[in-house]
Amino acid sequence: MTTETPVAAPTARRATPPARKEGGVLSKRRGAVATTIMAVLALIWLFPLFWALINSFREYDYTQANGYLSFGGWTTSNYEDAWSRGNFGLHMRNSLLITIPAVLLTLWLSSMVAFVLARFSYRFNLTLLGVFLAANLLPPQALLIPVFRMFREIPLPYFMSDSGSMLNSFWALILVNTAFQMGFCTFVLSNYMKTLPHEIYESAELDGASVWRQYWQLTMPLVRPALAALATLQVTWVYNEFFWATVLIQQGDKLPVTSALNNLRGQFFTDTNLVAAGSIIVALPVLVVFFALQKQFVSGLTLGSTKG
Amino acid sequence: MAHIDEAPQPTTQPSRAVAPPQGREKKLPARDRLTVIVMVTIPLLLVLGLVWVPALLSVVLSFGKWNGFGDLDTIEWVGFQNYHDIVTIYPAFWPAIQHNLIWLGFLFLIPTVLGMLLAVVLDREMRGSRFYQTAFYMPVVLSLALIGFIWQLFYSRDQGLINQVFGTQVDWYGDPGINLWAVLVATAWRHTGYIMLIYLAGLKGIDASLREAAAVDGANEVKTFFNVIFPVMRPINMIVVVIVVIESLRAFDLVWVINKGRNGLEVIGALVAQNVIGEATRYGFGSALAVIMMLISSVFITIYLRNVFREERRG
Repeated sequence: MTTETPVAAPTARRATPPARKEGGVLSKRRGAVATTIMAVLALIWLFPLFWALINSFREYDYTQANGYLSFGGWTTSNYEDAWSRGNFGLHMRNSLLITIPAVLLTLWLSSMVAFVLARFSYRFNLTLLGVFLAANLLPPQALLIPVFRMFREIPLPYFMSDSGSMLNSFWALILVNTAFQMGFCTFVLSNYMKTLPHEIYESAELDGASVWRQYWQLTMPLVRPALAALATLQVTWVYNEFFWATVLIQQGDKLPVTSALNNLRGQFFTDTNLVAAGSIIVALPVLVVFFALQKQFVSGLTLGSTKG
Repeated sequence: MAHIDEAPQPTTQPSRAVAPPQGREKKLPARDRLTVIVMVTIPLLLVLGLVWVPALLSVVLSFGKWNGFGDLDTIEWVGFQNYHDIVTIYPAFWPAIQHNLIWLGFLFLIPTVLGMLLAVVLDREMRGSRFYQTAFYMPVVLSLALIGFIWQLFYSRDQGLINQVFGTQVDWYGDPGINLWAVLVATAWRHTGYIMLIYLAGLKGIDASLREAAAVDGANEVKTFFNVIFPVMRPINMIVVVIVVIESLRAFDLVWVINKGRNGLEVIGALVAQNVIGEATRYGFGSALAVIMMLISSVFITIYLRNVFREERRG
């Protein structure tokens, strides 16, 4: 499931354009206290990942003999081990094959709905938005049984999935993720599109541009920043999705990487250092996305909350 | 072709933003009208087919007994029997409810409040504010399933850091008396940054002059916060309430990677899954659990939607 309830949040209305200093300066003494507390908390917050990183590079035998509070036993073999035992090459590929199409489809479909919502004012606009937004918030478990059973009944030709049905196919995950994520994207995009000056459509109409051209050639290029931010966010969400992948994919070799982590855990025996290496491998793609596109990521989350 | 801003508004209903002059919309040429219909219908079919129809079917199935293997006519309709069984004889149900409620209470009391405080402080001009923000919301990009594994490095009985530091032998993930709390701490690691981010966005929307005016009036920081900032953030507070409730209700990933939601970690979301992909497939029973989840969430979804719609109408 989406590990996040995506916020499409209306906020306090911005009274003035964002030319605002941050919430004021603190007095010197208070500033020092606040900075210290923040620094300590931030270190605590960074520690779990740091700890995983450190121990992913240590030999299991060494830490077993000397305890985890020791220093030494450096190795990279955990990564090689985890990579082959967890079969991460295969699962990364699965994740890629699910995430990329799902994100593209979500953005494409929701941008169409958003365009109609922003461009026209039909009587059903609010209802339509509600249908998508509410779907976003329903607990996925509540829909599991019918979706599971439906997918088992829907046959797929073998060139689409060797399981012969929607169950155990990437198509199932692509469609389910898309259906759930459209609400948030539609909301954000339609708000973004509403900020475009309406005159551009009037002149486009005078030029005889069809609705489709107004959408594809006029609106879409203008909302690129919003699309980029949403794409960043959606990539991490779909990559992180766990619930649907766990229940709809029962063939081990088809699991995306987030749900495949369990491969690293033996029933009775766990090599913590190996788990650490596996965790870092799985975290790496999203962390790279996060650090490379941090601005996009944050603005994606907050786009829904500001109405331009 | 009336855009919402241009639509002539009937003056008697100034609050209704959407009062479409139907006549003008009809001016769309047939080809364009078809385009609009297709643009809306394809996404709509997907969301109806994979969310709304299954939601309805869950309700229908909850009144039957079905192992899911036979055809639809093998369903034996039993009325409210499943619901009755859930609340009277299903041993996992009440613990699950209790755990979900603890989850909710904990998320509110600790990470939500902490996230809000962090946002209020980091919204100030402070050296390194960017760095702190990054540290707090980095866990937000990780999946909860992955977080379960990362925290195992602390919680593992034989190899975990906590036991090594304190010389204890506690099985933090396994002991049914404490594993819920261990899981909640791991959840909080992620949840705090998320809440912080939402409030930071909300605080950016607050007019600085409000705060200055309060400062001029001699209000101290705490008073300014409660009298000025908190009330202005009301819409955000509402959203946060809804998010926290829904997140607590959906809780699944972490408990599933640890022990599939058993032995102290029963939550409703996991119970539904157990009844479908567990050893016994009880579709009717599982559906009744699903419907209970849906009923609870629908209350909060309604609150959320009303909030959004009010903003939309004003916008």
